[in-house]
Amino acid sequence: MSYYDFLFVIEVLVGGLLSGVMYSLVAIGFVLIYKTSGVLNFAQGSMVLFAALTFVSLVERGIPFALSLLITFAVMVALGFTIERTVLRPLVNRSPMTLFMATLGLSYIIEGAAQLIWGTQVHGLDLGIDDTPFEVGGILISSFDLLAAAIAAAMVAGLSAFFYWTRIGLAFRAVADDQFAALAVGLRLPRIWGTVWTAAGFVALVAGLLWGARLGVRFSLSLIVLKALPVLVLGAFDSILGAIVGGLIIGASEKLAEVYLGPFVGGGIEGWFAYALALVVLLVRPSGLFGQKTVERV
Amino acid sequence: MTFFSHLRKAAIATAFVLGATAVHAEEQYFPLQSYRVGPYAAGGTGFFGGFIDYLNLINIRDGGVNGAKLAWSEGETQYEVEKGVEVYERLKSNPGIAAWNPLSVGIAYAMIDRITDDKVPLITINHGRTDTTDGRVFPYVFPLLLNPYSETSGIVNYIASKEGGLDKLKGKNIVVLYHGSPYGKETIPIYELLSQKYGFELSQIEVPHPGNEQQAQWLTIRREHPDYVVLRGWGVMNPVALKTAQKTGFPADHIIGNVWSNSEEDVIPAGDAAKGYTAITTQASGERYPVVQEIVKTVYGDGKGNLEDNSRIGSVYHNLGIVNGILNVEAVRIAQAKFGNRTLTGDEVRWGFEHLKLDPARVEALGAKDLFHSINVSWDNHEGDGYVTFQQWDGKKWNVVSDWIAPDWKLLRPIIEKSSEAYAKEKGIKIRTAEDADAVVSN
Repeated sequence: MSYYDFLFVIEVLVGGLLSGVMYSLVAIGFVLIYKTSGVLNFAQGSMVLFAALTFVSLVERGIPFALSLLITFAVMVALGFTIERTVLRPLVNRSPMTLFMATLGLSYIIEGAAQLIWGTQVHGLDLGIDDTPFEVGGILISSFDLLAAAIAAAMVAGLSAFFYWTRIGLAFRAVADDQFAALAVGLRLPRIWGTVWTAAGFVALVAGLLWGARLGVRFSLSLIVLKALPVLVLGAFDSILGAIVGGLIIGASEKLAEVYLGPFVGGGIEGWFAYALALVVLLVRPSGLFGQKTVERV
Repeated sequence: MTFFSHLRKAAIATAFVLGATAVHAEEQYFPLQSYRVGPYAAGGTGFFGGFIDYLNLINIRDGGVNGAKLAWSEGETQYEVEKGVEVYERLKSNPGIAAWNPLSVGIAYAMIDRITDDKVPLITINHGRTDTTDGRVFPYVFPLLLNPYSETSGIVNYIASKEGGLDKLKGKNIVVLYHGSPYGKETIPIYELLSQKYGFELSQIEVPHPGNEQQAQWLTIRREHPDYVVLRGWGVMNPVALKTAQKTGFPADHIIGNVWSNSEEDVIPAGDAAKGYTAITTQASGERYPVVQEIVKTVYGDGKGNLEDNSRIGSVYHNLGIVNGILNVEAVRIAQAKFGNRTLTGDEVRWGFEHLKLDPARVEALGAKDLFHSINVSWDNHEGDGYVTFQQWDGKKWNVVSDWIAPDWKLLRPIIEKSSEAYAKEKGIKIRTAEDADAVVSN
């Protein structure tokens, strides 16, 4: 392998890792809700679309950037509590499959509502972040992707601090461990679920802004859930650290596979390669690399 | 766009659907399998908006085509094949159907056998399967102006013109970045053929659907140091390609987009990364053309404009819809000249399409000079030798940067015939003759 080839491998690897961070951003939203309520929220992608579309539509109407951000966050808070009140609470104690189907339906409702309210046009989203690459030792690195990685890292740190050092974070963890025990000691589940959906809404907003700046704000933004699912299977549905590590592994491996395996099988393999990798992990570790092993008395 | 404007649109659409069931004297009807919601709504609203705007212009300004009012109703498909077929089944019993215009490869494929049985034309302007150009095998399908092979030839001819001639292509390196779908793969063999003919090096790289990740592909491209990248994209793949090209240091002015990578929706989300990007088109964008001006004055002035956002008037998809309207209406007009100024059957309109010859003088008379070049459809050539031009994005608007360019039809025709004849053999279809084409069902 020549020095140039070696540099190329590193470049593909770095690009993949940075892409993986973007997948993790979406995956974290899933983890938050799954941890506390056991619901695989299929509507997370639609929430990303809704947040980005609301934000960009407000900015295009002349509302200042910061105020638009604030309003969008308020909208996501309202959405979170509305979902808890109208969808989750009536379905409490239903099977996980019922709850999953409810979020699937919710996904379509949010997508439809987003288009009904804000229209179907494609929007550009400029966050003022320069996306011209810079060179480090012969490797081009995207400044935008680097900043996105920094934002993801900050968000993970913030969420971890929130979970471990605040009373409400402690309540989240108690609910995640055992809902009935948490109820027995007087924790108010509806309030906690409302808050966690709000946190997921915040994650959706951040992911929506970064993905929206990358892809444009359009309907297909909701399809980024397809990138998050193998990350969750690989990393675990209930671990924020798993979402981060899973994202990095998926991002790096799918890019390396596309470049080095793709040419032998006709190319275009990264779409399914991530799922194939996740499937292999699923066979070996059904709860994912960082998931809690559940032991049930039968 | 607000909730109430949607409500108003829905009410109007409902009124049209209800109205369409009533039969009026001498009325020619266009069933529209439109998509105004879903992932491809931006293209759908632009195209069907332009089409309806032109039909409205003919009704308001001329009272219809020689007295035959134009009518239409819409069925939402969300660009999904099964919904497109369902809308077809729902609308096909309406009287006086002139032609179907689904603007969807998948829906069009699903309709070929059905519309052939019904004897009603299916228009696939700028898209569809290439071999439907051969009217000997596909009597009712019309890939007007541009089929995928002609598009490929037009792009290669344009690159050659930039390099100083076709002989200068020898030794050049061209990468085709294509969407991982039947649409994206349609041109693989023709690029290979042209590569062998003109001696340029060729790599064809697939981007998996939907195309929101292209880091690996563009790093591969960077390693190959191509002279040009042809972008055969769709939807979100296009802005992501332009942004990732910027990230990997490939210049936008050496990326040439195909006909489904040429709209404002493809470049605006890419921001500055799209500046200098060039794309093929059969119809120029902008409002300066007399027919577009007339639509603004007559249709939008009358409050009947179909676009909710007037800033989209003259956009790529809107102008494509207008050109599609012109071609449909002129086919009806040509058929009326033979069969009489009345409501025509689908087969009579098919005959009209097969005699759709609009030379530059006629195009100018229609107010579309420089909007599109010309068309020359015949019973066996359903594409009609459309010319192409190239537009470059300056960050705010498209600017035409080439003359009208003719694809190499003579080179392409034998390949098309080989494919269509194989299809005919497989399906047991009798190859039509000119006499067959002149036999028209009038009731």
